[in-house]
Order: sequence, then structure tokens, then C-alpha cells
Amino acid sequence: MSHDDISHDHRDQDRPQQDTGGHHPTPMLDQLEEGPWPSFVTGLKRLRDAEGQQYAPMMNDLLGQLEHSYNERLGFWKGGTVSVFGYGGGVIPRFSEVAAQFPASKEFHTLRVQPPAGLHYDTDVLRKLCDIWERHGSGLIAFHGQSGDIMFQGCSTDNVQKAFDELNEIGFDLGGAGPALRTSMSCVGHARCEMSCYDEVRAHRSVINEFLDEMHRPALPYKFKFKFSGCGNDCVNAVHRADFAVIGTWRDDMKVNQDGVKAYVAKAGRKYTIDHVIAMCPTRALSLNDDDTLDVDNKSCVRCMHCINVMNKALSPGDDRGAAILMGGKRALKVGDLMGTLMIPFIKLDTDEDYENLVALARRILEFFADNALEHERVGETMDRIGLPSFLEAVGIDPDPNMVNHPRTSCYVRTDDFTEEAEKYFERKARESGLDVAAE
Amino acid sequence: MMDTAVQLRRPDETGVPDPFQYMHPLMVKNYGAWAWHDRPRPGVLYHVAKSGDEIWTVRAGTQRQMDVFTIRKLCDIADRFAEGHVRFTTRSNIEFMVSAFEKVQPLVDALQSAGFPVGGTGNSVSMISHTQGWLHCDIPGTDASGVVKSLMDMMYHEFITEEMPNRVRITTSCCQINCGGQGDISINVQYTKPPKINHDLVSKVCERPAVVARCPVAAIRPAMVDGKPSLEVDEQKCVCCGACYPPCPPMQINGADSTKIAIWVGGKHSNARSKPTFHKLVVANLPNNPPRWPEVEEVVRTILYVYKNHGRDFERLGEWIERIGWPRFFDLTGFAFTKHHLDTWTGSRKTMNMSAHVHF
Repeated sequence: MSHDDISHDHRDQDRPQQDTGGHHPTPMLDQLEEGPWPSFVTGLKRLRDAEGQQYAPMMNDLLGQLEHSYNERLGFWKGGTVSVFGYGGGVIPRFSEVAAQFPASKEFHTLRVQPPAGLHYDTDVLRKLCDIWERHGSGLIAFHGQSGDIMFQGCSTDNVQKAFDELNEIGFDLGGAGPALRTSMSCVGHARCEMSCYDEVRAHRSVINEFLDEMHRPALPYKFKFKFSGCGNDCVNAVHRADFAVIGTWRDDMKVNQDGVKAYVAKAGRKYTIDHVIAMCPTRALSLNDDDTLDVDNKSCVRCMHCINVMNKALSPGDDRGAAILMGGKRALKVGDLMGTLMIPFIKLDTDEDYENLVALARRILEFFADNALEHERVGETMDRIGLPSFLEAVGIDPDPNMVNHPRTSCYVRTDDFTEEAEKYFERKARESGLDVAAE
Repeated sequence: MMDTAVQLRRPDETGVPDPFQYMHPLMVKNYGAWAWHDRPRPGVLYHVAKSGDEIWTVRAGTQRQMDVFTIRKLCDIADRFAEGHVRFTTRSNIEFMVSAFEKVQPLVDALQSAGFPVGGTGNSVSMISHTQGWLHCDIPGTDASGVVKSLMDMMYHEFITEEMPNRVRITTSCCQINCGGQGDISINVQYTKPPKINHDLVSKVCERPAVVARCPVAAIRPAMVDGKPSLEVDEQKCVCCGACYPPCPPMQINGADSTKIAIWVGGKHSNARSKPTFHKLVVANLPNNPPRWPEVEEVVRTILYVYKNHGRDFERLGEWIERIGWPRFFDLTGFAFTKHHLDTWTGSRKTMNMSAHVHF
């Protein structure tokens, strides 16, 4: 394309600081080529030096701008508006503030692309992604961004549509940016993990693919993130990173293979087992019997995963599996950090209907968020602003003692309907235990 | 382009790709039916399915921001020494799955000889989760890629071995929005000066009421400056968080010297043993010193090795401090405890010691 030729012309006029090969000197960045860890700078230089590739001049100037940042200790990118036909989000526009010195990378946009659930690839599709990005982009790809996107970093405005069209042709779609549903992530889960308590791929794809309109055409008050972890180990960091965290758990007793326990004790030692498994149980639900078998008080167990992690050949989650739902996690802006808070202690995730229920719950929360959050307010902040009782009432969730560390300690509350609320609680309990309340 | 009518292609809104088309066949076959796992050596996982099928996973570190040549090299290794199927972890490590134990060592050798460290499993220091920085972000205070490269070089041995008390999850962030998230150790930009306002640009670039609304301490108010509508900051109130900068770039929060780095510890997402926790401040005001951030490296090394030497098996960094107490943590690491470690934000009293429990 003529675009690259134009860039070459500008470059030749404007830049004094180049070595004989036409490269910007990068003495600061060069120091990041030393040491044993793979160097991103060496990678950037490979792209700069790729003979005949359309992106080589862009990557030379990109290195020049980055070196400039290292010298000045400041960033030199600004945002703007770049999109693809039919969508409003998914592209992160970057225009250089120092384009006069580094014209070939004056536009260096990122395409956020949703990864396959569980981050699985084969080499064939990875090579296709590389080929597309070599034709239209910079050749620089991040696997993955903090929300889970494959980040195709470095694209001219003209090439964004072409790159997206080709990525979309092979089954990839843009992710979220701005005030929108964001790209999601799920752990390896069912694909290779015995701890997994639900089908993460199914949950992830069912929920996100239902609400793509909210991702591609940003119209929410602010960002909204779902994340899917198969157990309490929470390998995708859902509890703090997600507005809606789906974390696998189980309701029945954990499974104990007593021969496996004995084998562990025989190998690790009795004292070690007591100190590092039994005593580390957060709710004192474990006891080592005199014959080196394990006694589990399942009613006290909180499914934290520690003993199962340590003795995974002997212990495993129970059979009645599903997930706990936590809501409202986020980082500092604006009211300070919020950890996701338990809203649904258990949702069964087994049948088609169970997964439809999960999607329906997600829809209720998203709709509540769209209708009630203030501009630039995360749902956790909305929950705090209106108070949890109002939030629960609005989204149709009943109060549950699992939601709290302890009941309120402040007496500043009006309780004249306490008796009615207590009756509702007993009715719910009766319903849950299968009694026919209407018949009473 | 100019002469021909532009044919715009409608997007095919396919959403999240189906991973089964890319997944290793043994993972497809045993989906949801795994029995247990083991780690034969650092960087290698061995999973056994209920069917009796076995799969070995070799995990290697990457630089996350990868050029296509690096990705193709990883693909070549996957095709030649593995079985063509890979996945990435949330911390940008790549995993190669193979169906036979005999394939593990040649695969490990191939990765190592191509410069990819094999490790990141079990009680190791895994790859640092990081953000974009000067390479691509519009508001960065530092360059995450460079900080991470420097630190991973320093901690290389801890990536390829499993010698820590428990897993160590480190994060970096280039501004106080903290896209890198919570970590056992977090290396985050901390601004130290109120924004410098370019009053010529504010009314042209910024939606002023929205900027006023962003401030967590209500320190920004509309003002006329030199006859132009602008914004002013009450610098006594300002906590230098930088929240006004993204919606209003003329309120520059970064300065070559005033943008500093703070180190936090004890963040944890996992529910194992203790509940998830936020990270806590240890050291602030470190210089933002490219290209290798030696002052940051020194603090991280100190914390990491005091934890390595004193933590008990399975204690995450924050859990270890919980046991020994903060006074001993500051003694062992040699860092200062200051008034800035006392939280002042909403709910701060709940972070105080409301008891007579004292560590001596």
C-alpha cells in the first residue's frame, strides 16, 4: 500500500538520529535484551528488521518512540476514535504525540479480540493469526491482556477494518472496550483439572455470547466483567477482577479416599500432615484419626480447596456441583477497592435449564446495572450506594447468612417490618426443604 | 480506495470462539472427567483422567508481548516436539500438551534451547501479570514490559524451580487504576504530585462536569482561568490518584520525577485457607528508573527472599505476614513503617488493630 511508502518519505526527511541502517538507536532498550528471560525488545527488533514486511518501518519508529519514553520517562500516546463497521467498541485507538519524529508509527491502534474459552489454540490457528497480523498490523501480539483479550497491538487506521475482516472470517470476534460488557476469561477447568466444579466453557460462552450487543455497541454506565473459575482456587482471579464472578463449588460432602490419605501421611509424615493440612483448615473441619485416616466435618467445611490441593490424589470435591456467584469486585476507581461479595451461595450447573438460569441471572444483573448505575459507576459501587438490601430486592435475590462475615453491628436501622421479614425467611427455608407451604 | 465505492463487510458476531476445535484430543475426550494430577518436575504437570488416560503438560514462560516470529517458533516446537495443541495461562505462560511421557524431555530441551524458561508451576514465582505502559497505553506512568523483564531476569531461578513456600503471584501496573490487579507482591505506579493543568486545552478537550465527578475526594471544581473556562484542583485535598487524567488529558498527572513506584504485598485471589485479600503498602516513593528499575528490583528481591527463608510450606506471602505480624515483617525486611501505612480511606478503622494483641 502507498501508506507505507508515504511513511518512508516522511521518515527520510525528518529524522536526524539514525544509525547507518536507518534504525533509531535504542541504548536504553538494548539493556532489556540482556538477561535470561525472553526479551520483548529483541522481538520488537525482529519485526523492525523483517525485510520487505510492510510493518518494518512502523516498528522502527515504534522502537524510536519507546526509547524516547524511556529517556523522558513519559508516555506519548493519545486516544481517539477508531472502529470497525457495525461495532462501536473493541479497538483501542492510539495516535502518537511525537509523530513528527516517528511518523511511521503515528497510528498504532490495538484490536482487542476475544480468545477461545480456556485459552486453547492449535498451531494452525496461531499461524493464521500471525499471518493476518503480518499482512495488516505490526506483527506484535500479546497473549493475553488482563481481561483476557488477544491484543493485536499496532495497526494503522486504514488497516483496522481489513485486519478485523480477516480475523472475523476465521471465527474471531472483537472484545470489549469502554463502557461495555468486557471480554471474559475462564480457567482450564473441565479440560484438564480434577478440581473443576462446572463446565466453564459452556458457562463462559453461554453468558457472553448472549450479550454480545452490550460488548460491541457500548451503552452501559461503565465496564462490566464476568469471569469463570472452576473452583475456589480462582485461577482467573474472578473474585476481585469481575463484577460477576462464577466460582465453582459443591454442596454435598467432599470425597475422601482413605487409602490415598494413608499413602499421603506415610509419605509426608504425620506431623507434616497435621501442621500443613489439618491445622491449615480455616474452619477446623479436619482431624487426623489415629489410624491415619481423615475425619471431615463437612458441615463446617467452606470448600476453600486447601486440603484438596495438597492431597489431590486422596481428596476431591463432592458430586453435587455448581457455583457460587460473587458480585461487585473492582479496583480503586472511584470509591476504593471492592472485593466481590457472595450473592448466590450455590447455583446448580448441570442441566440445560441450569445454564439457562445462569444466563437469566446474568441478564437480571446487567439490566439492573444498565438502568440504575450512575455514569462511570461499577456495579459494586451501585450496590454500596443504594445498600445491599435495596440491591437484593431490585434483582430478586433473597438475603442469606452466607452473604456476611457477621450480621450488622450498627443499630442505625429501622426494623418495624422485622417480623414480616422473618416470616419470609421461614417460608423460604420451608420451601427449600421441600415442604408445601401453601397447604399449611 | 478513493475511486471505488467502499464495500463494507458486516461483522459476523461470533463472540467467544469454541475452544473444542483447538483443544488437545485427550482433553476433549476426558472433558470434565479428570481424576488427579502430579508435578514430576518444575514446569511439568501430569494429569490422569478417570478413564486412565494420561496427559503431560510442559509450561514455559513468554514475554507476553510477542512478535510473530516468536509465536511461530513456539508453533514449530509444538508441531515438532509436542502434538500441535497449546494453551496459555492467565499469566501469559504457554502450555504444550503431550500424550506420552517420552515426549516431555525432548520438548523441555527444545524450549530451553530456544530460550523459553520451563517452569511457573507449583510453588514457583510465575510470570508477572502486567499492563501496557509506554509501549501502548495513553496514560502510563511507567513501562510494565520493562519492569517485568528486569524482575523476571532477577527471579529467573524462582520461575524454573519450586522452592517458595507457596506460589508467588506478582503484578505490575503503570498507573493507580491498577489494571495489573492484586498480587502477593504488586509493583504499582504511585503519583506524588497533583495534576499540572494546561488551561488552554481543558474546555476544548474535557467534559468538565464528568471530570469533577471522577475525583474521589471532591478536589476539582470548575473555574475561569485567564478568561477561559477550565478546572482547578484544591491541592490540599488532592490525593494524587490520577483519576482525572484519563477523562481530561490536559490534567497531566505524570512527571518524569514525580511519578514514583510503590510496592505492595499480601494480595491473594485464591480462597485456599484464608479468604481473598487486598495487597498492602510496604514501600513508596521509589524512583521510576528505566531501563531496569534497580531500586524496585532490590525491594522485590528483599521481600521475596525474606518470605522464602521464613514462610512455612503453603503459606502465601500475606498469610505468612499474618502469622508473624507486621512489626516482624518490617524488622525482617528492614523497611520503614510510616504514617503513610495507616489507612485513611473509608472503612480504614477496620484495618486497625482494635485489641491489645501486640507483637514483641
